[in-house]
Amino acid sequence: MSLARDMMTVAAVSAGAFFFLAGTVGLLRFPDTLTRLHALTKADNLGLGLVVLGLLPQAAGLRDGLKLVGIWLLGLLAGATVSQLIARAARHGQLNR
Amino acid sequence: MSTVTVFGLCAAAVASLGLYGLITDPRPLRKIIAFNLLGSGVFLLFGVVGRRGAAAGIGNDPVPQALVITGIVVAFSATALAIALLLRLFQTTAFLEPSIRAAPGDDPDRAAS
Amino acid sequence: MSIATVFEIVLAAVVLGLGVWTIVVPETFSATVGFVAYGLLVALVWVRLDAVDVALTEAAIGGGLGGVLLLGAAARLRDADLMAEKTPGTLRASAAALSVLMAAALAGAVLVLPDPAPTLAPAAVAKAGATSLSNPVTNVLMAFRAMDTMLEKIVLLLAVVGVWSLASDFAWGGRPGPRHEADPRGVLVFLARLLPPIGIVVGIHVLWAGADQPGGAFQGGAILASMWLLAIMTGLADTPSVSLRWIRLILVAGPGLFLVVGLVGLLFDDAFLSYPPALAKPLILGIEVTMTLTIAATLGLLLAGAPERSAQP
Repeated sequence: MSLARDMMTVAAVSAGAFFFLAGTVGLLRFPDTLTRLHALTKADNLGLGLVVLGLLPQAAGLRDGLKLVGIWLLGLLAGATVSQLIARAARHGQLNR
Repeated sequence: MSTVTVFGLCAAAVASLGLYGLITDPRPLRKIIAFNLLGSGVFLLFGVVGRRGAAAGIGNDPVPQALVITGIVVAFSATALAIALLLRLFQTTAFLEPSIRAAPGDDPDRAAS
Repeated sequence: MSIATVFEIVLAAVVLGLGVWTIVVPETFSATVGFVAYGLLVALVWVRLDAVDVALTEAAIGGGLGGVLLLGAAARLRDADLMAEKTPGTLRASAAALSVLMAAALAGAVLVLPDPAPTLAPAAVAKAGATSLSNPVTNVLMAFRAMDTMLEKIVLLLAVVGVWSLASDFAWGGRPGPRHEADPRGVLVFLARLLPPIGIVVGIHVLWAGADQPGGAFQGGAILASMWLLAIMTGLADTPSVSLRWIRLILVAGPGLFLVVGLVGLLFDDAFLSYPPALAKPLILGIEVTMTLTIAATLGLLLAGAPERSAQP
C-alpha cells in the first residue's frame, strides 16, 4: 500500500518537474511575450497540479490534503490573472520584447 | 559540504555583493536595493548560526529566528521610509513624473510595465 | 554527495546569481524584479535551514510587500536613472577589494564557528510550559524577548510617522498615494473581489496557527495588508486620510496594549512584561490579535506612502 503511494508520488512529481522544466525552457527560448506566457502556464498550472497530486498520497490527513489542493487553486487563480494582465499589456504594445 | 557551509558561504557572498553595490552604484534606489541585499545576507548568516544551534528537537535556535523576523520587518519599514524620502526628494527637484494615474479602462499594473 | 546537498548547492548558486544580477543589471526596473525573485528563493533557503517561521516572513514581507514597494518606486523614478553620473574606476576597484575582503572574513567566520555551537533552544523548550504555546519562535517573540517585539512595534510606528511627515503642505494629513482606478470589468478587479475573503481567512489562520506551528502576527498581518492593498490598487477602496482618528487608534493599539500589559506586569507581578502564568496564554493571544491588526494597517500605510492628496476633495 505504502509502496503504491510512493510510486504514485514519484511518478506524478517527476511529471510535474518535467512540465516545470519544459515551461522554463519555453520561457527562455520562445520569441515573443504571448508564446512565453503559453510556456509559463504549462509550468504553473500543469506542473504545480501534478506536484500537488503527487504529494496528496503523502498528506497526513484530509485537512493537509485540502490545503495542498487549495494552494494549487490559488496558484491557478494568480497565474490566470497575471497572464491576462501581461497579455493585455503586450497587446497594447507596452512590452516590446 | 553541509547545509551550514553551503548557505554560510552563500550568505557571506550576498552580504559583500550588497556592500559593493551600496558603495559603487550612484542611483539612490539601487543603493536601497543593495542595502537590502546586504541586510538579507546578514540575516542568512544569523540563520546559518541558528541552524548549528539545533537542539532539543528544534531544527534552528529560536532566538536568532525571532531576531531575524523582527529584523525583516524593521528592514521593510526602513526601506519604506527611505523610498518615501527619495520620492519626496525627486518631487522637490522635479525629476518625478506626476502621480501615475491609470486611466479608466487600463490596469494600474500597466503603468508599471 | 547526497541529493539534498546537490539541491542546496544549486539553490545557493541561483540565489547568488540573482544577487549578482540585481547589482550589475543596468536598468533599475530589472534589478527590482531580480530582487523580488531573490527574496522568494531566499525563503526556500530559510526552509532548508529549518526556520519555517522566518521563511514565511521573508516570502510575505521581504519578497512580497518589499517587492511591491520597490517596483512602485522604480516605476515612478524611471527618469531618475538618466541623471546618474558614472562612478570612478578607482572607487569601483577599492569597493571590490573591500567587498572581497568582507566576503573572505565572513566565510572564514562561518568555517571556523565554535563546536559545539552555543544554543538557547533547550532553554526555550524547557520554559515552553510557562506560556502553554508550543511554537518556540512565538514563545521567544511574545514572551521571552517580548521587549524586543514591543520596541519593534514602536519602530514601525515611528516609520509611519516619518513617512507621513514627508507630505507637502497642501496634502498635509490627506490621503496617501495616487487614486488608483482600474477597468471595473477587468480581470484585476475580479481578482480583487474574489481573493480578499480567502486571503483574510488565510491571514487569520496563519495568526492562529502561530501558537503551535510556524506562523504568527507578522505573517498573518502581512497577508491581511496585501489584501487591503489589492483593493486599493484596483480602486475598490481608497487609502484613508491619515488624519482620521480610527486609523491612528489602530496604529497605536498594538504597541499600546503591549505597554499596558507590561506596566500591569510591573505593578502586580515582579517585572515589566511578566505575564502571570495562569493568564499567559489569553494575554499573549490578545496582544497578538491586536498586533496583527496594527501590523496590517502599518504595512499597508507604509506601502501607500506619504500623503499626496488633500483630505478635502
